[in-house]
Amino acid sequence: MTVTTSPPRQRRSLGDLKVAMIFLAPATLGFVVFYIWPTLRGAYLSFTEYSLLSAPKFNGLDNYERMVHDSFFWNALGVTVEYVLINIGVQTVLAVGIAMLMYRLTKSITVRAVVLLPYLVANVVVALVWYWMLDYQVGIVNQALSWIGIDPVAFFGDSHWAIPTVALINVWRHMGYTALLVFAGLQTIPSYVYEAAEVDGSTELKTFWRITLPLLRPVLVMVLVVTMIGSFQIFDTVAVTTQGGPINATRVIYYYIYERAFTRFDFGYASAMALVLFAILAVISLLQLRLLRAKESDLA
Amino acid sequence: MRRELSVGRIVAWALLIVLMVLTLFPFYWMLRTAFSDNTQLPGHPSSLLPVESTLGAFKRVLGLSSVAEAQAQGGSGAAVNFWLYLRNSLIVSTVTTVCQVFFSAMAAYAFARLRWPGRDKVFALFLAALMVPPIFTTLPNFALIKNLGLLNSFAGIILPGAFMTPFAIFFLRQFFLGINRELEEAAMIDGAGHRRIFFGLIIPMSAAPITTLAILTYINSWNDYFWPLLVGQQEKVRVLTVALGVFRSQTPQGGPDWAGLMAATLIAALPMIILFVAFARRITNSIGFSGIK
Repeated sequence: MTVTTSPPRQRRSLGDLKVAMIFLAPATLGFVVFYIWPTLRGAYLSFTEYSLLSAPKFNGLDNYERMVHDSFFWNALGVTVEYVLINIGVQTVLAVGIAMLMYRLTKSITVRAVVLLPYLVANVVVALVWYWMLDYQVGIVNQALSWIGIDPVAFFGDSHWAIPTVALINVWRHMGYTALLVFAGLQTIPSYVYEAAEVDGSTELKTFWRITLPLLRPVLVMVLVVTMIGSFQIFDTVAVTTQGGPINATRVIYYYIYERAFTRFDFGYASAMALVLFAILAVISLLQLRLLRAKESDLA
Repeated sequence: MRRELSVGRIVAWALLIVLMVLTLFPFYWMLRTAFSDNTQLPGHPSSLLPVESTLGAFKRVLGLSSVAEAQAQGGSGAAVNFWLYLRNSLIVSTVTTVCQVFFSAMAAYAFARLRWPGRDKVFALFLAALMVPPIFTTLPNFALIKNLGLLNSFAGIILPGAFMTPFAIFFLRQFFLGINRELEEAAMIDGAGHRRIFFGLIIPMSAAPITTLAILTYINSWNDYFWPLLVGQQEKVRVLTVALGVFRSQTPQGGPDWAGLMAATLIAALPMIILFVAFARRITNSIGFSGIK
């Protein structure tokens, strides 16, 4: 340990600082230029009028005032919440189900890989494949529906169906990934807990509700936080399928911000909405962690 | 615990198989449609096999058929050249991955193996950046790239991701922390400096996690849509995901070129599917780790 020649006192105070600075230089450059600086600048831009063509003009709280009166903004927020609720609700239940099935039936890597496959394909690809499969006239899903006597559904064209459709497409893409997170959580539950339950004559269902689910709580909280943050930021699927339509039914907040910034060059207003989205996400993740007492495990 | 074949187990297996079929079917449908003749598709919407199987769609998408031929087969006739977009995607993903993983590994080394004042605070700051939603930084980043005159350049697409992501640093730091300190000390006694320890010891010993991270980074970068959509619209730098969006909006309204569209999605998805098949075990095993932050 006493290889370096520098005096002990100096080593304790600065340590490997010099070397560390060299190793950190590129990452820090990227971090400051593309993370820290844009975060601060984004906050500033939200108080300006900025069209990208001339310098930003400070306009105080104008953007936020405008937001309050902007029915499109509230619509976008509402649509996003609807999307998030459907997406997370269905996805979490399915993921826990798949994880349980995998855990109890097979440790096969192939099964896990198949389940994960959709997650590795681009959102755009997933959106297009489903866009085709859900086509009103020649899509296979409506064909299948007609066999069982159901009228074709305009999945993307009907304003009631559009958001659930987009939400379920993304459930299809993400449920395997989420299932693997839950699966990893299941593997951390020690087997003696199950053995004890079995000795006590607990039924399969009872064991699931009374033991598995409570012990899974830390993992479930983490999964909920991660998927909720992710699903508030839905964009790609909407951008390549409905583009906000029909009649604003799928104009989610991310898409609305994008439109404001890049088709109307209303950069200041878009930044303000992005900041609100940021705040919403921060509050939600704090609430989730607090309410579900994520840090306490029932095992410890 | 070995269990006999019970009704419950049979039902459970049936459920799992249904789920796997649901997962795989869209991929099959993509394949089936891509090999179909577009003009014949509407007549056989539920045929399980390709309709009048042909390579026409692929030729059309790769720019190997003439405009007249493409239009006769139901294509828009607009020039599409997925070879170019494939090349662009390769450039963007490769450069992003190599730079990001390397620089993140350097940073992870500084956070895991070096001792310096304020280290944990700086690391916490890096991690905190994970909280900021991408769109929030994307708007100013776009303004910056625009002001630098880098719109529609590879540099503009690649730069924001090239240096690091907080996740990549976090991921590698976890592994670097686990490396035995005695090895490092032995190397130091042999006169190795930090550079030699990093390149000769840490990196080779962490080949597995570094590969995993590189694969995940590659897949993410390949699949990215939002940033390249904003910064790389022009043909010369357009990547596959953006090209797919453009191709989709070009398909004529009456009878869309579904076969062409599916051929194009297949071309865009295939490299990642192959990569995944090759490294399935590594990727699936990393999921449990990467999720728990």
